[in-house]
Amino acid sequence: MSKEKEQTQGTPISRRNFLKGVGTGAVAASVAPTVLVGAETAAEAQMGDKITRAEIKLNINGKTYEVEVESRTTLLSVLRDGIDTGGERVDLTGAKSICDRGECGGCTVQVGGKAVYSCMTLALEAEGKEITTVEGLANGEQLHPVQEAFVQHDALMCGFCTPGFVVAAKSLLDQNPSPSHEEIKEGLAGNICRCGTYPFIFEAVKTASRKIGG
Amino acid sequence: MASWGEARDSRLIGKRVTRLSGAEKATGRAKYTFDINRPGMLYGRILRSPVAHATITSIDLSEAEALPGVKAAILLIEPGKRVRYEGQEIAAIAATTNDIAKDAIRLIRFDYDELDYVVDVESAKADGAPQIRDDWMGNQSEPRVDERGDIEAGFAEAAVEVEATYHAPVQTHVCLETHGNVAEWDGDNLTVWASTQAVFGTRQNLAQHFELPENQVRVISEHMGGGFGSKFGPGVEGIAVAKLARKAGAPVKLMLTRKAEHLVGGNRPSMTQQVRAGATQDGRFIAYDLSGYGTGGIGAGAGFTGPYVYHVPNYRTEKSAVAINAGSARAMRAPGHPQGAFAMDSLMDELAEKLGMDPLAFRRMNSDSDPRRNKIRQAEYTLGAQEIGWHRRNSVPGSGTGIKKRGIGMGCGLWGGGGGPGTQARVTIHSSGAVEAVTGTQDIGTGIRTVIAIIVAEELGLKPADITVKVGDTEPGLPSRGSGGSQTIGSVAPVIKTAAIAAKRKLFGHIAPLIEAEPMDLRAAGGRIYSAADLRLSVPWKEATGYLGMETISEGGEWDENLRVGDTAGVQFADVEVDTETGLVKVIKVVAIQDCGLVVNRLTTESQINGAVIMGLGYALLEERIMDGQTGKMLNANLEDYKVPGTMEIPEIVSIAYDTDRKITGIGEPPTIPTAGAVANAVYNAIGVRIRELPITPDKVLNALS
Repeated sequence: MSKEKEQTQGTPISRRNFLKGVGTGAVAASVAPTVLVGAETAAEAQMGDKITRAEIKLNINGKTYEVEVESRTTLLSVLRDGIDTGGERVDLTGAKSICDRGECGGCTVQVGGKAVYSCMTLALEAEGKEITTVEGLANGEQLHPVQEAFVQHDALMCGFCTPGFVVAAKSLLDQNPSPSHEEIKEGLAGNICRCGTYPFIFEAVKTASRKIGG
Repeated sequence: MASWGEARDSRLIGKRVTRLSGAEKATGRAKYTFDINRPGMLYGRILRSPVAHATITSIDLSEAEALPGVKAAILLIEPGKRVRYEGQEIAAIAATTNDIAKDAIRLIRFDYDELDYVVDVESAKADGAPQIRDDWMGNQSEPRVDERGDIEAGFAEAAVEVEATYHAPVQTHVCLETHGNVAEWDGDNLTVWASTQAVFGTRQNLAQHFELPENQVRVISEHMGGGFGSKFGPGVEGIAVAKLARKAGAPVKLMLTRKAEHLVGGNRPSMTQQVRAGATQDGRFIAYDLSGYGTGGIGAGAGFTGPYVYHVPNYRTEKSAVAINAGSARAMRAPGHPQGAFAMDSLMDELAEKLGMDPLAFRRMNSDSDPRRNKIRQAEYTLGAQEIGWHRRNSVPGSGTGIKKRGIGMGCGLWGGGGGPGTQARVTIHSSGAVEAVTGTQDIGTGIRTVIAIIVAEELGLKPADITVKVGDTEPGLPSRGSGGSQTIGSVAPVIKTAAIAAKRKLFGHIAPLIEAEPMDLRAAGGRIYSAADLRLSVPWKEATGYLGMETISEGGEWDENLRVGDTAGVQFADVEVDTETGLVKVIKVVAIQDCGLVVNRLTTESQINGAVIMGLGYALLEERIMDGQTGKMLNANLEDYKVPGTMEIPEIVSIAYDTDRKITGIGEPPTIPTAGAVANAVYNAIGVRIRELPITPDKVLNALS
C-alpha cells in the first residue's frame, strides 16, 4: 500500500512518520533545552493532544511571547495562529502561507537577522533568537525605507506576497546595501508574485537602497 | 451630460497616484480573508478524492469526530455517488487548530470502487473511453460551427497556403491567496469573509443555498490575494465552511491548500487546433479553416478565439470541448483569448513568410475590421515597432550567428471591458469635511479603490488620500458587479463620477448664498471652494462643509455610458535570446502597448500591464498542468514543479498605457493576450524553426533544432 493511500485512507500517523515529516535532527536538537510536557513514548505520542508539547519563549519584534508548541509547530503557525499562555493571540498575520513548503517566500521573516521561510522553520528552532516580521519594520507610523519605496513605486497589487517581498528586500539590503539589478533579481529569487509586480519591486529596492544610503 | 473633461484640465486623472492601500499592504496590516482571526474560531479542512474516478461506497466520520479538538464534520458527497477527478470534495471537518484538522482528515475512513479514468484529451476522444459527463454522448461536445463568406472560393484565390497544428496547455490560476472563507453565524444571520471577486454574487449564492433573505447574509472582502477569474462564488468550500460553522456553533476558517488550489480552483482550458489558411499574392488574408478543441476537465466549456483580430473574409471554424477526469476550467484572465491569439499570431507570421512579406506589413494590411480599433492598432504598430527596434529583427529567421541567437516577434489582442449598468454608489460629504465614497465593488488588486478616490478628489478639489473609500462589503447595500471581464472600472467609475458631481452641486447650492455667490459660478479646487466669477469669494473646504451643520450630503450616481468605452486594441513586441545549446529562451525585452481609453491612474495601470505581460510570459515559456495517465493525478500541483515566473524570468518591460480617448475602459485582462504569440514569433525569428506548442520549454527548442 502506498504512503499516500495510507494517509488518505486514514491510518493514524505514527510518531516516526511525523518526525520524518518535520526533520528529526532539528526536533531533537531544539527540544533539548526546553521543558517537555505531555507524552514522550512513541506509543503515547500518536495523535492530537498526546503529541509532544513544549512551552517556549519567542522574541518577536522586541516583544516576548510565551507559547505552547508541538515539535511539529512551525514558526509561521505561531505567528499567524499562535495563542500565548496568557490567552492573547499573537496575530501577526503579515507573513503568509502560500505554498507551505519553501517555494514562494510569502512567509519570509528574519530570525537572528537572517531571512528565513517561517513555514520551513520550526518554532522550537527560533527560540532565543530575535524574530522580526513585516509588522516589526515600521517605527510607529514611520514606514521602513523599503516599505516606503514599495508604496511609492506601486511594487504591490493584490499585496498578498508583499510582506514576504518587503522582508526579503530588507534582508537583501542588510547584506548588500547597493545591489545591482541582477543582484536584486537573485536576492529576491526565493519569492513569487502572481500579479507580476516584479519590475516595480526592482525599482523600489533601488530607491530604498539610495534612501538607506547604500 | 457628464464628461471627464480635457486632459489639460485634469489635476489627478491620468497622473501617477500611489495606491491607497499601499502602506497597509507593505506593513502587513492589510487583513485578507486568510488573516481573519475571529474569537473562538475553528479551522476547517476538506478531505478530497485521491483518485480520478471512483464510486464512493462508504464514508465514516466517527473516528475523526472523536478526536479531541474536532468540533464538526460533514459529508460533501453521499455514498453511492461518483467522484470524477482527483481533488473532488468528500468530507470536511472543523477543529480547534490547523494541525488537529489535518490529523482529523487522516482519520476519516472511506471506501471506493475505482472506475476507469482518462486524463488526456486524445484518449478521451477515442472509442471506448470511460464516459465522464452524463449529459454528453461520449466525451466530446457537439461541435460549434461558424461560417462566413465562401471558403472554397477563398482558397481558390489564395496564392499561398499554410497548414499547421497549434497547441496550448492547461494553465492554472495560481492565486497566491487560495480560495477560502471565514464563516460566522449569529442566529440566522451569516457573515462570510470571502476571498472573492464578487461580494454581491457570493452573497446571493449563499442566501439561496441557505434559504435566507439576502439581508441576512453579509459578505466582506476588504483585501483579496488574487483571483484572475477563478473566484466568483462561494464554491463547494464556501458552502461547506458555512455548514461547519453552523454545526459547530463557532466561526470557521477554511482556505484551500496549495495542492487543492491547483486541482479544483479553476484553470484555463487547453487548446489544440488544426488550421489551414490562405493569402493572396498581394498580401490579403483570404481563407481560414479551423478545427479545434480544448479541455476544461469535467467542465463543459473550452472555447478559444479564432479567427482573431485580423480580418479574413472567408472562414469556417469548428470548435468543441473534450471532457477528461480533471478539475473544471473557470474563467481565466481573458478567457479564450491568449490561446487563440498565440495560434493566430503564429499563423500570421507563417503566412507572411510564405508570401515573402514583413510580418508587420502583412498585419497592417489585414488588420482589425473594427474601425476604431484599427485606427488605434495601426498607431500601436508604429509605436511598438519603433520602441522594440523592429528593423533589428532577422530578415532571414535563424540567420544570427553564435550559440545564443536573438529574435524579435509580435502579437495582438482585443478586448471589451466597457463595463455596464447595475452599480450603486454613494458619495457622502460630512460637515467635518470628511468625504466617503461607498460601493459594493471589490478591489482584487487592480486598484479600483484608488481610482474611486481619484475621481471623487478630482471633482471636489481634494487629494485622493482625503477620500475614505469603502468597497468589498455588502453591508451598505450598494451592489456592484463581480470584478470580471475587465468590467469593474467601466461599471463603477461613471457612477462614482456622477455621484460626486451630485454631491458637489448640493454642497454648492448650500453654501452659495452664504458666501454671496451664484451656485453655477462655484468651483472646487486646491482644497477650496471659490467663485469663478469673483475669485475673492473663496472658502477653504472644511469651512464650506462646516456650514452644513447637522446636515450630511449623501448622493447616489448613475451609470452614464458616455463616460466609458469598450473594444480596445493591444499590440506587443518581444525580443528574445535563445541558447541553442541548452534550449533556454530568455526574454530580453517586451514592449506592450495597451489601448486604455482614458487612463485614470497611470501608475496602477502600468502595474496591471506589467503583470499581464508577466502572466503571458509564464504561459509562453513555463506553465503547464501535467496530468499522469498512469495514476490520473496532477503531477505538479505545487509551486515548485508548476513554474510561474519569478524574478529571474523578468525581462525589461516597456508598458505603455496608451491614452486613446477621454472615456474609461478596463484593462486587467487584455495585456496578457498578445504576449505568448509575440514570444513564439520571436523564438522563430531567432532560431528559424517554429514551435507550435506552448509552453516553449528547452526540450521543445532542442527537439526543434535537432
